[in-house]
Amino acid sequence: MTDRKLLVSVGPHIRSNASTTSIMGDVLIALLPAVVASVLVFGTRALLLEVVCVASSVLFEYLFRRLLKRSNTISDLSAAVTGLLLAFNLPAGFPIWMAILGCFVAIVIVKQLFGGIGCNFANPAITGRIFLLIAFAGQMTTWPTANSYISGIDAVSGATPLALIKEGSIEALPAVKNLLFGIRGGCLGETCAIALLIGFVYLVLRRVITPTIPVVYVATIALMSLILGYDPIYMILTGGVLLGGIFMLTDYATSPATELGKVVFAVGAGIITMLIRNSSGGYPEGVSFAILLMNILCPYIAKLGHKKPFGGVAK
Amino acid sequence: MAMFQSLPSLHVKHHKNTAEMASVTMPVPAEVIISMSQHIGAPCQPVVKVGDPVKVGQLIGDSQAAVSAPIHSSVSGKIKAIEQVFTPRGAKVEAVVIATDGEQAMDETLKAPEIQSAEDLIAAARACGLVGLGGAGFPTSIKMQGNKNGGIDTLVVNGAECEPYLTSDYRQMIENTDLLLEGIELVLHHLKIEKAIIGIENNKPKAIEKIRAEAEKRGTRLTVRDLKARYPQGAEKVIVYESTGRVIPEGKLPSDVGVIVMNVGTVIKLAHYVQTGIPLISRLVTVDGGAVKEPKNVWVPIGTKIEDIVNFCGGYNGEPAEILFGGPMMGVSCKDDQASILKNNNGILVFNEKEAKMAAETACIRCGRCMHACPVGLNPAGLDRACHAEDREALKKLKVNICMECGCCAYVCPAKRHLVAYNQMGKQMIK
Repeated sequence: MTDRKLLVSVGPHIRSNASTTSIMGDVLIALLPAVVASVLVFGTRALLLEVVCVASSVLFEYLFRRLLKRSNTISDLSAAVTGLLLAFNLPAGFPIWMAILGCFVAIVIVKQLFGGIGCNFANPAITGRIFLLIAFAGQMTTWPTANSYISGIDAVSGATPLALIKEGSIEALPAVKNLLFGIRGGCLGETCAIALLIGFVYLVLRRVITPTIPVVYVATIALMSLILGYDPIYMILTGGVLLGGIFMLTDYATSPATELGKVVFAVGAGIITMLIRNSSGGYPEGVSFAILLMNILCPYIAKLGHKKPFGGVAK
Repeated sequence: MAMFQSLPSLHVKHHKNTAEMASVTMPVPAEVIISMSQHIGAPCQPVVKVGDPVKVGQLIGDSQAAVSAPIHSSVSGKIKAIEQVFTPRGAKVEAVVIATDGEQAMDETLKAPEIQSAEDLIAAARACGLVGLGGAGFPTSIKMQGNKNGGIDTLVVNGAECEPYLTSDYRQMIENTDLLLEGIELVLHHLKIEKAIIGIENNKPKAIEKIRAEAEKRGTRLTVRDLKARYPQGAEKVIVYESTGRVIPEGKLPSDVGVIVMNVGTVIKLAHYVQTGIPLISRLVTVDGGAVKEPKNVWVPIGTKIEDIVNFCGGYNGEPAEILFGGPMMGVSCKDDQASILKNNNGILVFNEKEAKMAAETACIRCGRCMHACPVGLNPAGLDRACHAEDREALKKLKVNICMECGCCAYVCPAKRHLVAYNQMGKQMIK
């Protein structure tokens, strides 16, 4: 007889290798190309903001959970993902202290006060961004010059393409080539379409996300552009459509898990995005508000498309 | 192949390390502990007294209850004690402890039964103490009575063996193909069932080929269906669907959709009893895992202690950290190595520290992996929340009762939630 105490555990006694940490790690890896692009386009100031946001988000999560005597969750890397995504939603010249305040709102108010990972009703990064946009409208819309890190493409300064479209200055729009490489005005992580698409392919291949939400969202934007009389290419490649559609609409806790739910959710976000872009109001961009509004509707949409249990008899 | 859509399933690493290890018979241990609860249904009462001599195959426990199966001595020797032991699930049951004499003298009264009718076959299944040997341990005679009204047209023989590590069914399919086909013919003929389908996962091509060839030679009314080697093809509802396309409704039995399901080991034992008259007193067990020196497929007398079986397999390889009865997906952890083999134990896995290590449970991140993995289309994350909230209405609405506890949800869960345990708790809550 063995003297040692044996482990007595509930089944299954083997588990897959996937963990919350590995999933969030995959998201960080998928965001790396956009980090590289942000530094090429906006210089080291972009990297500084990214480092500050990641570090302060992780720190806020650590301190808050310590304060409440809860288990430490920073090793699941979700706070780092939130920090990086929030940085991606800021202009390169954004003041550091304001960015830190945004991280506080995202991590403490939106995420931890509602119970931490999996319990937040809205995407922390996008809500943090909206808070900053409303609180510091000027700083949030001051766009630095985008470097032309690729020869043959001219540097672009000043207004974002969406603002130009809203003003009707179509002739001043950057070429599609610029948009693909990210040489345009905009937030840190949103400008380089190629980098974001590499991240998308990685996430799909690693099965972190299914293509449904990003594909349906982009398709809805394209269709709405045609209906409202915009150039769909510009509507997809400008603003935060790719960043939001690939990395933020797909946040597990704030998007539906069923396929039908995902389709309804992404269509809704696409329609709201284009309605805000088309409205006569002040905002040239609608991705953030579209994500937040659909996050709020998510609990209702998440009820759609559940499978009938196998052999289930309705009662 | 199948004309209907497959149910969700998982690719789980097979670990069929012992597949090519021919079965061996272990020597009789010094002592066996035979539990009086070897099956689903009423436990047996001992029909022997302390001090009685017993022979191999002699009846030692019986019950008058409808759902039960008699228990026979697996050894010859003397009754040493009748005492309370724990089942692997933690309940207390009576057990007959027999000190063996090593003679293995057979009970002379044993003789092969004459089978003329369905009643004879059902009586034989009961008399030999046959229960579902695939794991569930449901008395076989009760299953067979399901065709009293003649509603059953298909015998589904379960040769999926979808649990990782386990290869005892595979070895039996290869080594006892004749008995398997004999048993299938017996059941088809006497219970007046039209046809049989055997479902075997396609990671066992040798078994598929051999059974197909020999069934053709003998003219057995048997279709061999190769199933995708994905977990849990061998779950009853799943194999019935994957091999016949029929859906067993909630709360119903296979017989309600015209099917009787038997594990390959059960069919083989039935044929063996009809040929020899020897009741169910031993079974083939896969012994594997990193903390056992020589993994093997071993024929062991029912009631043999884990310790004796491991010693026969070269002893422990380092320190064992966890010992399982059954496979790693649905098996049960044992509290020590003094537990003894039951009729329905198809494997013993002895895990080392590394294999037993379990990551800590963290918060659900609502990724939906569990929902997409569930073969029966449940929402395990929703059930987890309902269970913790003790929300009985939600548990009923989400149909926790349909859960077959296969473990796919918990296997894929990145937050390592104990989803199967919560479903088990949920089922208790709505009872």
